[in-house]
Amino acid sequence: MPLSTPQSVGGATAATVTVGVTSGRRDVKGKIIEGILILALAGSLLILAVLLIDLIRRSWPIWTERPGDFLTGPLNSASAADAGVWQGIKGTIELAVIVAVVAIPLGTACAVYLEEYAGKSRLASFTRLNVRNLAGVPSIVYGLLGLALFVQFFGLGSTVWAGGLALSALVLPIVIITASEALRAVPYSVREGAFGVGATRWETTRSHVLPAAAPGILTGVVLSLARAAGEAAPILLVGAATGLLRTGNQSLWEQFGSSFTAMPVVIFSYARQPGDDFRELTAAASVVLLVLVLFMNALAIWLRNRYQRKW
Amino acid sequence: METTADDTQPAAAEVAEAPTATKENVFVTEDLHVYYDDFLAVRGVDLDIAKNEITAFIGPSGCGKSTVLRCFNRMNDLIESARVRGRIEYHGIDLYSAGIDAVEVRRRIGMVFQKPNPFPKSIYDNLAFGPRISGVKKKSELDDIVESSLRRAALWDEVKDRLKASAMGMSGGQQQRLCIARAIAVEPDVILMDEPCSALDPIATGKIEELMEEIKEEYTIVIVTHNMQQAARVSDMTAFYSVDVNETSDTRTGILVEYDRTDKIFSNPVDERTERYVTGRFG
Amino acid sequence: MAVSNTEIRSAADLRIDPRRKVVDRAMKYFFIAAAVATFAVTVAIIATLVVDAIQFLQGIADTDEGLGSLFTIGWFPRRGMFDIGTLVVGTFIVTGIAMLVAVPLGLGAAVYLSEYARPKVRKTVKPVLEILAGVPSVVLGYFAIAYINPNIIVNLFSGANAAFTLAAAGIGVGILTIPIIASVAEDALSAVPLALREASYGLGANRWQSTFKVVFPAAVSGIIAALILGVSRAIGETMVVAIAAGATGGGLFSLDPLQPGQTMTAAMAALGFGSDQVAGDNNAFQSLYFVGLLLFFMTLLLNFVSDRLVNKLREEY
Repeated sequence: MPLSTPQSVGGATAATVTVGVTSGRRDVKGKIIEGILILALAGSLLILAVLLIDLIRRSWPIWTERPGDFLTGPLNSASAADAGVWQGIKGTIELAVIVAVVAIPLGTACAVYLEEYAGKSRLASFTRLNVRNLAGVPSIVYGLLGLALFVQFFGLGSTVWAGGLALSALVLPIVIITASEALRAVPYSVREGAFGVGATRWETTRSHVLPAAAPGILTGVVLSLARAAGEAAPILLVGAATGLLRTGNQSLWEQFGSSFTAMPVVIFSYARQPGDDFRELTAAASVVLLVLVLFMNALAIWLRNRYQRKW
Repeated sequence: METTADDTQPAAAEVAEAPTATKENVFVTEDLHVYYDDFLAVRGVDLDIAKNEITAFIGPSGCGKSTVLRCFNRMNDLIESARVRGRIEYHGIDLYSAGIDAVEVRRRIGMVFQKPNPFPKSIYDNLAFGPRISGVKKKSELDDIVESSLRRAALWDEVKDRLKASAMGMSGGQQQRLCIARAIAVEPDVILMDEPCSALDPIATGKIEELMEEIKEEYTIVIVTHNMQQAARVSDMTAFYSVDVNETSDTRTGILVEYDRTDKIFSNPVDERTERYVTGRFG
Repeated sequence: MAVSNTEIRSAADLRIDPRRKVVDRAMKYFFIAAAVATFAVTVAIIATLVVDAIQFLQGIADTDEGLGSLFTIGWFPRRGMFDIGTLVVGTFIVTGIAMLVAVPLGLGAAVYLSEYARPKVRKTVKPVLEILAGVPSVVLGYFAIAYINPNIIVNLFSGANAAFTLAAAGIGVGILTIPIIASVAEDALSAVPLALREASYGLGANRWQSTFKVVFPAAVSGIIAALILGVSRAIGETMVVAIAAGATGGGLFSLDPLQPGQTMTAAMAALGFGSDQVAGDNNAFQSLYFVGLLLFFMTLLLNFVSDRLVNKLREEY
């Protein structure tokens, strides 16, 4: 039934409302619609639940029989009984370190430029547009970038450096966008107060704006690292190891410069192998990665809620 | 040296007509215009602000009082679309000339804003920030500055035991006095106040007005206020601004209508528009 | 010592310590450099894709079939057959199935959260949806091949391949896309001012009437933006199809979702780290960049349109 027109509202309102409240017909339709919507929401949540339950159920044997071996064992797509995820965990941490060192400062600096220095200049609008476009580029394209630029052109080879740089390029837009929002949330009056006592723009930014925006920026950092930890395509293209990874006794620096793998790649490797024992492994590795990623996302949400300042 | 009789005996009439000739001017503006992109917000302002006096800018909303105020400490520089035409002299020096750092201008010409805006930090850090960036490093010196600024702002006794507490926990009136102290801490000689009491209750307002009277001996104060009674209470000179509406181009431009001693503006203004405003018939 | 205060005699007295100026200017250039760096990334991506794609095209132009190998019976890079039709159709099938899953669930969830749910429900459910957004695509790829295909596709459709189907991959991609659609659509709906809803209720409309006849239309550009973003995400998704679509050794042109198939991203995956992995500067490997360039332009266009729609919505409110 169409909305009552203003003309008809006058005398018809009481009747319409009464009919609307008491009539069975329209009530049912409304309830059905609400039911469908709840179903949609429940469906989404149900899928998540089914996913989690399936993973836990399928990986249960590993957690009960050999959890320690699994967590400390190497990448091994030939023999399920000897396979583990330790190299994946290590690789993921190493990649995260590179992303933290490269993308976070660079992205935050770009955000500072956009919010504190640029205003409405042409460079600023183009930069924002560019960042939004980069945010939408599929992750495999960042893998192509990593392969052609970091592995081949810069000669870094299929190493942690190359993988970390490819991932840094991937999450850079996320860091910039979240840091920009955090900076924008700091009220202008704070900056005015600083300018008012004779501070330069850098002094204002350094002493007042960045500290006030820090929780928001940190939230973005955690989200970016969670995203980087879950990506497989870019580092696979860079050449992460999928079958077997031989590592000798290398120093930390040497490790960064040699072959590597990461949790998502480990999952991919095991997922490709036939057989129930590899299904178990894949499920167990997925649980490990999920725990890591979901924990980081939850941390980011908690940070955002805890430090959301009411100005 | 030879002098003529004229030099040593000024005519009595001259002395009577120029009582302000002995006052030193801190600011002199000459045909000041302010544009936001193509919009002319204020035009043709000629003023001289005298030292150690309180000058009030009054007038209805949108007539450019704050805009003019913000020219004095070059805060308008921070607005991309703002352009200033004309001349402002500060102690005889063109404020917008090339060799000058706006940053230093803002240290010497302090500002208190409409809504109190303490930094989200401790009371101590609020006050120490300005001196720190201006080169004061030693803790003992900073401690002295913090204490003396708080004393001069009549806030020391209230907060001396909680200097490390967050400034955001103070009441509105206290925060505004903190902002005054913060401005004082960097040793300005002028304090600009942009409707400093509009967000405060009458008691807090009274305290700020008291404070203004006390500190005027050391500082020159220019205050924008919507409150005519406040202007009448505290100021020595009053500038009345209004809006000039141009029907053909549908623009509203702020203008300075009348500028004179406060008692004259409120009791016997020259311009009819001033009279209508101060007697409450409009605005 | 207080802050130093020289008497003002000339403009030189209104200057700050030059060191402060130098630092301020240096930092400004540092921040500008960071912004310019983002352009460097874009330029690098485009250069990489374009240069190698051109090399690929030149390479196959030199072969017997010439550029005709771009329009042949299937995608078999190691045999010199590079039918882009196969890939694009495969991508559309997967994307179509993904949207069949993601649009009802995502939009439904968005409408319910924005218009119907009590604040407490909203507060607890929204973070859960954000959790779903955090599930890595490899995990969903595993889920597609280990659970969705055996339990759902094979049971529902006879004749479906027991191991790999485009349909299972499509559902997996759809699950990944739900949070994006839900989140952008919910933002769009929430952006519609309360005043509009109040006006509608005030005229006697009930909740679903207000929602679907007033709020939804008002937010339509944002909702379309959400759908476009979802499509863009689905098109670009790689790991789910790499694991579950069965892209081994290439594929014939096919419209059958119940069989293994090729998509643009699956083909890239196979070339980059899968069964078509070949080393060196040959046509087969270069085709990776060619497909990558196509993919890049498709998603760029979609994101651009979606961006404009979101701006349009922002301007209105």
